[in-house]
Amino acid sequence: MTTDINIVISEWAYLAAAVLFVLGLRSLSSPGTARRGMFLAEIGMALAVVGTLLYTQILTWTYILVGAFVGSAIGAAMAIYMPMTAMPQRIALSHSFGAQAAVLVGCFKYIEYGGEGLGRLRMAALGFEVLFGALTVTGSLMAFGKLQELIRGAPITYKGQNILNIALFLTTIVLFFYLLYAPDTTWVFYTMLGLGLVVGVLLVMPIGGADMPVVISLLNSYAGLAAAATGIAIDNKVLIIAGSLDGTSGFFLSILMSRAMNRSFANVLFGAVGSAPPAAAAGQAEARTVIRYTPEDAKLMLENASSVIIIPGYGMAVAQAQHIAYEMTNLLLSRGATVRYAIHPVAGRMPGHMNVLLAEAGVPYEQLFEMDHINDDFQNTDVVVVIGANDVTNPAARHKKSSPLYGMPILNADQARHIIILKRSMGAGFAGEDNDLFYDPKTMMVLGDAKQTLTHIVQHLKK
Amino acid sequence: MNLLLLATADVAHHAAHTLPPMDFGRLMFYLFILVLAGLLGFEVIGRVSPTLHTPLMSATNAISGISLVGSLVAASGQYSLTSSILGMFAVCAASINVVGGFMITDRMLKMFKKKDQGGRK
Repeated sequence: MTTDINIVISEWAYLAAAVLFVLGLRSLSSPGTARRGMFLAEIGMALAVVGTLLYTQILTWTYILVGAFVGSAIGAAMAIYMPMTAMPQRIALSHSFGAQAAVLVGCFKYIEYGGEGLGRLRMAALGFEVLFGALTVTGSLMAFGKLQELIRGAPITYKGQNILNIALFLTTIVLFFYLLYAPDTTWVFYTMLGLGLVVGVLLVMPIGGADMPVVISLLNSYAGLAAAATGIAIDNKVLIIAGSLDGTSGFFLSILMSRAMNRSFANVLFGAVGSAPPAAAAGQAEARTVIRYTPEDAKLMLENASSVIIIPGYGMAVAQAQHIAYEMTNLLLSRGATVRYAIHPVAGRMPGHMNVLLAEAGVPYEQLFEMDHINDDFQNTDVVVVIGANDVTNPAARHKKSSPLYGMPILNADQARHIIILKRSMGAGFAGEDNDLFYDPKTMMVLGDAKQTLTHIVQHLKK
Repeated sequence: MNLLLLATADVAHHAAHTLPPMDFGRLMFYLFILVLAGLLGFEVIGRVSPTLHTPLMSATNAISGISLVGSLVAASGQYSLTSSILGMFAVCAASINVVGGFMITDRMLKMFKKKDQGGRK
């Protein structure tokens, strides 16, 4: 039998794949090496697939080829046509697909071997896989729906929601343990699967659009854990490793995001009820007025600046103003000014989203600066241009204890000599907190569509 | 060496369509892999440039699409029709992540340019 040799080959291929995956991820430490590194990871994937095909006795190619063809076509089409602004949606969808694969493989194992054949310990891995997988499948679809605005983005809440969610989740946990005790009870397995799907929906439903960066990262982590559990359940070491890497990556990013938003996990997952303080904001908005300036005023200010920092927010992406912002950057650079972009970790709708949007517009990555690297430079900066960002510049985060933003790390825009704020309207940010920066005497508010305003500024600068 | 031994021990089970028994030792072996890979992940991912966090997410997504290997076994036609169909859908879902994930990661990484690479159009 050649099976022996094939298994040995495939095991070595898996080991090589695991190494290449880690090397690939490591290459992401710098944009210069990233593409080459990802190529290594692709080779690793190819090796693992070929290894598996060698190892597996394939009686018919039909199912494999149909699945692979349809999947590749959908995947490729999404990769080619998805606009970069829709990247969070695509990522949410792909978490769902990853979890679907895990759940389906779990069901397959359960159907073929039954609880008895699996044994208790294997059942534990399989149960974990199916439970977390199911939760991620629907949770990610909900996140997709909210980001794509198919479902209302605002938190959907009702009385007793948290209690219901926790009760349902505990029920699924109980079912899970019952399965360890009696793996052969089929109805428990499928009820757990079904409840997992329901919990996924209920868990994401109350979470608002602003918290999506945390939710996406957390679902990433769940999808990874489900994949790792699949690896244990089907004795595949490279799947354990890849799932574990995926899981930690998602966990790492969710910690990063929730820290940048000044929220705990518990607060994001169960805190939607407390996110409606508009009454307080409306009360204090009484006598404060801002002076509105024109794009021409802004241009005069920029003309004389020798150092400029741009703070982009999601509003810029909505207005599709990143290209014209880059044009303005180049005009200022050609006048001898230094121009940098200061990027808050939650500037976009997912980790690193704003960097991708700016890179797409052509901004070289040397001009993009993370908050920690640029925050001390604001005091030596002539002009800060805030484009479609709000909460991340709100000084209330530093001193106003009653504010929901209190404690959140912010960009020190208020320390610059002058501040230009391009904004669609005077509305408050996601947190519902009025921004003191708007009323700062150093601030020049230019209201209107960011793209139009910037176009005017660019026209004036060109003259 | 361990890898080889385990692999050969699995051969008999593989041929007979049964699962190797998941005893405590085997489970712990897998948990060691899981935990150590996770720790390695923290080290590696902590060093990823924050600029590339979106490509990181799509890359890890593509990599965990390796669950394709489990799906391939299910879809191989050795098992019942139900399993083959479940396998087919699993292969489809995993391929979306593998193919789409790597393609879109590359598409994003291509956009990150240095100044001298002619970023301005």
